[in-house]
Amino acid sequence: MSELSVSKIQNNPKYHDLVKQRDALAWILSAIVCVMYLGFILMIAFAPDFLTQPVSSNSVIPVGMPIGVGVILVSCILTAVYVRRANSTFDPLTDEIIQESLK
Amino acid sequence: MRTLKTAFLATLASATLLITRLADAADAAIPVAPPVEPPINWHAVVMFTVFVAITLIITYWAAKRTKTATDFYAAGRGITGLQNGMAIAGDYMSAASFLGIAALVYMNGFYGLIFSVGWLVGWPIILFLIAERLRNLGKYTYADVASFRLQQGPVRTMAAIGSLIVVIWYLIGQAVGAGQLLHTLVPQISYRQSIVIVGTLIIIYVTFGGMKATTWVQIIKAGLLLGGATLMAIGVMAHEGFSFEKLFSDAVAIHPKHMEIMKSVVPIGAKANPIESISLGLTLMFGTAGLPHILMRFFTVTDAKAARKSVLYGTCFIGYFYILTFIIGFGAIVLVANNPEYVTDVTKSILALKGGGSMPAVYLSHALGGDLFLGFIAAVAFATILAVVSGLTLAGASALSHDIYANVIKKGKSTEAQEVLVSKLCVVGLGILAVLLGIAFEKQNVAYIVALTFSIAACANFPILVLSVFWRGLTTRGAVLGGYTGIFGSIGLLIIGPTVWTKVLGNGPAIFPYDFPTFVVLPAVLIVAYLASVTDHSESGKKERAAFDAQEVRSETGLGAEAAATH
Repeated sequence: MSELSVSKIQNNPKYHDLVKQRDALAWILSAIVCVMYLGFILMIAFAPDFLTQPVSSNSVIPVGMPIGVGVILVSCILTAVYVRRANSTFDPLTDEIIQESLK
Repeated sequence: MRTLKTAFLATLASATLLITRLADAADAAIPVAPPVEPPINWHAVVMFTVFVAITLIITYWAAKRTKTATDFYAAGRGITGLQNGMAIAGDYMSAASFLGIAALVYMNGFYGLIFSVGWLVGWPIILFLIAERLRNLGKYTYADVASFRLQQGPVRTMAAIGSLIVVIWYLIGQAVGAGQLLHTLVPQISYRQSIVIVGTLIIIYVTFGGMKATTWVQIIKAGLLLGGATLMAIGVMAHEGFSFEKLFSDAVAIHPKHMEIMKSVVPIGAKANPIESISLGLTLMFGTAGLPHILMRFFTVTDAKAARKSVLYGTCFIGYFYILTFIIGFGAIVLVANNPEYVTDVTKSILALKGGGSMPAVYLSHALGGDLFLGFIAAVAFATILAVVSGLTLAGASALSHDIYANVIKKGKSTEAQEVLVSKLCVVGLGILAVLLGIAFEKQNVAYIVALTFSIAACANFPILVLSVFWRGLTTRGAVLGGYTGIFGSIGLLIIGPTVWTKVLGNGPAIFPYDFPTFVVLPAVLIVAYLASVTDHSESGKKERAAFDAQEVRSETGLGAEAAATH
């Protein structure tokens, strides 16, 4: 990769647009996962009684169980959200930027 | 069936003998049957032999197609997203997570779910922050990325040391597990022979077939493991009338701790410890994102898009698998605990199993589907160990050959053929080392291995990688000092922590009272890397910051990334 194409790309507003959009999505989704997981961990650490209360009076299943499974499912869903957005928005934008840098 | 029962009775007899000797040496009057040579579990042996035969054919196929260094380290970058997703899941669903999580749930109930959740949430983070950038910047190892714009020698050396410590300790854990498992299931094969078999096979896979063979062994094994675990979970649910409520209430009724298995958020019997819980959570999440054999997978795919897809597939497979292991663990409480066929001595403990603590999932398969299913699950568990050990060995060998030999010692002037040759020698060396260490650690308490490997991955590999990719200010000095803080900080605190200091070394109360040091070490690494970088006013530091622009362009657009091989 030559210095010319680096400076060309850096001067392309689409590149900054791409980096901004992708970083925003990546860090927002990372923050959601971290907050969700830290919430789970903090409940384990400081509010175990909440997590271990049964989901209903005639059940042995603790509230933490659907919450834990929920964290797993939401993690999978968020990875799908990112991949979808990347396929539909970021890839075409990247292709344009690369094409324009080769001109 | 009868032969198996005889086998179990015989094992029971010898196990009782051992327990009696250990626990109750004074009371020698208890009559015990002499150990009888048990018959061979042919189902397990045949299925395992079939698996080995298929993998050797794959290795032969892969060997003919492995010509360049890119073929050897990165399977020619021709792996698709779905294939790599399966391979990632395969690398991650080690015997430790299959047998281990099931065993954790079997002993502690709900507590096991904390591990499943922690081990899963690292994956979205890998996708959002690491996977595509790793593919765009790297060649064969994650050290390529960490040292992209920094000084090759010191940064690669640090990254390679971090990788090797993780790989070697992970290998010890897998080797010990393989030896115990095979020896328990086929008592005719001794512990040592089991480990030698594993060592020999993985040396063959990796030296001849490189990453291609390793990846396909991993994919097949992942398919078998997902299939086997699905069958087991369906079997458990069928037994419980497809009612989770019934499964859990039956488990509560049978487990000696009853409701405590739904109430405890720490290992049963341990004291609640908020800081330990938080540190464990951090270690599991960020450790995943720093495992060298996992990170290496992203160099095998065609491009960043495939890297991205592979994480989605991998995460879904792993999440599904963890939900299954949870069902399997509770199923084992219902079907395996209190069953004299599997339990060492029901009058003493209804949970302690013959063959050790990792057996609940294996015995559950027998309870559900007899010898045939036991044979299948045992063969799958063993295949799992083989596949994971192969991936680890290749990751360790690439750190030695690509980072240390080719880029630190030869400063990038070695030929590709030399580098691959060194790599193959390292595979043989690591394979032999794994066998020797596996034998040396047979009777050792290896409970600290997960903490050790994941702590170093979370405190050294992961933060330096992320800083190098995202933070312009990072310089060589910051990366190296930060990285070593992570490596030696983790090791030091683990040695003076409860598991090693008190349980392994027997030195009395631990100086550092936590098993997982991440909550101290990770912030320390970030602070050290930050301070050492911002106070670095050297010329080279300036150049390194200036080189961030070119790195960022390549990292974000993939322009200049290593291309897929054309053949």
